[in-house]
Amino acid sequence: MSASTTSSALKAQQLQVSLMGRPVLHGLDLDIAAGQWTSIVGPNGAGKSTLLKALAGLLPAAGHIELLGQPLHSLPARTRALQMAWLGQNESTGDDLKVWDVAMLGRLPSQSWLGASNPVDHAAVEQALRATHAWEWRERALGQLSAGERQRVLLARALAVQAQVLLMDEPLANLDPPHQADWLQLVRALVAQGCTVVSVLHEISMALNADTMVVMAQGRITHHGPCADAQTHRAVEQVFDHRMAVHALAGQWVTIPSTT
Amino acid sequence: MNVAALRLAVILLVLSAALMLLGVCVGSAGFEDLLRPLLHPQIDPDQSALAAQIVLDIRLPRTIGAWTAGALLGLAGAVAQGLFRNPLADPYLLGSASGAALAVALALLAMGGASGMLGGSMMSAGATFSLYSGSLLVRLGLTGAAFVGAVLAVLVTLILSRGVQHTLRLLLAGVVVGVVLGAATQLVLLFSPESLQAMQSFMLGSTAFAGWAACGLMGVVWLLGVAIAWALGRVLDGLSLGETTASSLGLPVASIRMVLIGVLAIATGTAVAQTGLIAFVGLAAPHLVRSVLSTGYRWLIVLASLMGAVLLMAADVLARWLIAPQELPVGVVTAVLGGAYLLWLMHRNTMAQGAA
Repeated sequence: MSASTTSSALKAQQLQVSLMGRPVLHGLDLDIAAGQWTSIVGPNGAGKSTLLKALAGLLPAAGHIELLGQPLHSLPARTRALQMAWLGQNESTGDDLKVWDVAMLGRLPSQSWLGASNPVDHAAVEQALRATHAWEWRERALGQLSAGERQRVLLARALAVQAQVLLMDEPLANLDPPHQADWLQLVRALVAQGCTVVSVLHEISMALNADTMVVMAQGRITHHGPCADAQTHRAVEQVFDHRMAVHALAGQWVTIPSTT
Repeated sequence: MNVAALRLAVILLVLSAALMLLGVCVGSAGFEDLLRPLLHPQIDPDQSALAAQIVLDIRLPRTIGAWTAGALLGLAGAVAQGLFRNPLADPYLLGSASGAALAVALALLAMGGASGMLGGSMMSAGATFSLYSGSLLVRLGLTGAAFVGAVLAVLVTLILSRGVQHTLRLLLAGVVVGVVLGAATQLVLLFSPESLQAMQSFMLGSTAFAGWAACGLMGVVWLLGVAIAWALGRVLDGLSLGETTASSLGLPVASIRMVLIGVLAIATGTAVAQTGLIAFVGLAAPHLVRSVLSTGYRWLIVLASLMGAVLLMAADVLARWLIAPQELPVGVVTAVLGGAYLLWLMHRNTMAQGAA
């Protein structure tokens, strides 16, 4: 791990998590640079989602986590929610809610529970729904949408928070290729605005578009480095048992399965 | 502003008014035109006074009692379904029904002597067996016991599930409490067969003897419950996105659940104490609303309340009308109608899935 010159958005020291009595993360140290897109990859069961949840403060974890330089556990829940937005996977969704209302839930951290939404909230929700191309469905119920359409609404919900740090667990689930490309553009735009994006992705080719990559296996980080580095590519190939290889194609990195 | 929701609210309020009028006119002789003597006292002053007495002392409080009890159950049903993110959740889920039943059985056992009083009124009331036909003291004792039993059972469920963190644990604890308290109730009844009939009327639910005091109490509890649930409406919407997402939005999930369980327990306990165990209203009311429109919890809570109120009022009118001059227990009417509705819902869902 190279010493970074940028400030860190999320920093974990000796991070340990056990789920149902079984240790899942074994004392990780991680420093995620601010204003960058970091993708977390690794085989199934490597602990990627658990790491992301722990970083979000959504799991009981031992060790020390800092969000934008402040200890995470001492931050009030609302402050944390304002600074760090979360997009989970496979969560139940409120089928009866209108798309607009779902996205508006992203404004909860900045509103009082009773308070009506103000023009700032409306602008944030509109911007988020337009960014994910979900604006036309704003009056429809979430239950009437396809899985991919829902995912875009839930992404809009996370964007509407307008947080400094955005954590996403499998954000490309159910998205078709054009919308995966849209998502990529969106993340790049967010990073260009100074946001920090951390995503768990199983599409390695997509993950290689990030600035930095965290490679995980069996509850440990095996590598953390720039996506453009050959070392990173070798680390990725290794955790996947060399069953896939990273190649350059049309100015991008792509992965191709190797059948031996 | 949600136009569809507002429209449904207006429709339900108009239905409420119509049913209230109908409820005032339906009695032991079937449909009676009580409005004419009431509105034209000059024709026959004696009949007019009698009509006024029947309406003011018996039918109006009973009808309004059905409205408020139904509203409480609808509110509790909507809260339960939101809290557990489960469309099959009903207000009695956390053991409140069996807690109330056990408490009533124990109270009847303790009041042993009161059974004569109850029995007497049962004879005169024909098919209507009601707990609440006894003296004021008996009534107060029984409603109080039912309320305390319902709330205590929910507390026991909370203790057994060791808090509100795990939905599944809560549901399982609720089931366990329901089964164990149900068995205990049967045991108590085994030792006091004389309270069996009174107990039966409680288990079947009845709006027959709701008085003005009961209406006032249920109305106040309903207003409070709706106010709290409305205030937490957007938070309930947040919970419907899943616990992790709700926590990520900075919502104190555990405290919110505690408050909602409180609303659930008190709303259910109040309704059960006054009208016994009325089946299906709390389960069906939010479903009926959802089958008509998609809305967040703020509107759902209000609309499910109004829907529950209309359902129970309609069931009450039917219960009095169908076999007049005798009367069906209103809980039987709601159970039959609710069961039919659930079957239809199941059938419709199967059809929809088959088509998909």
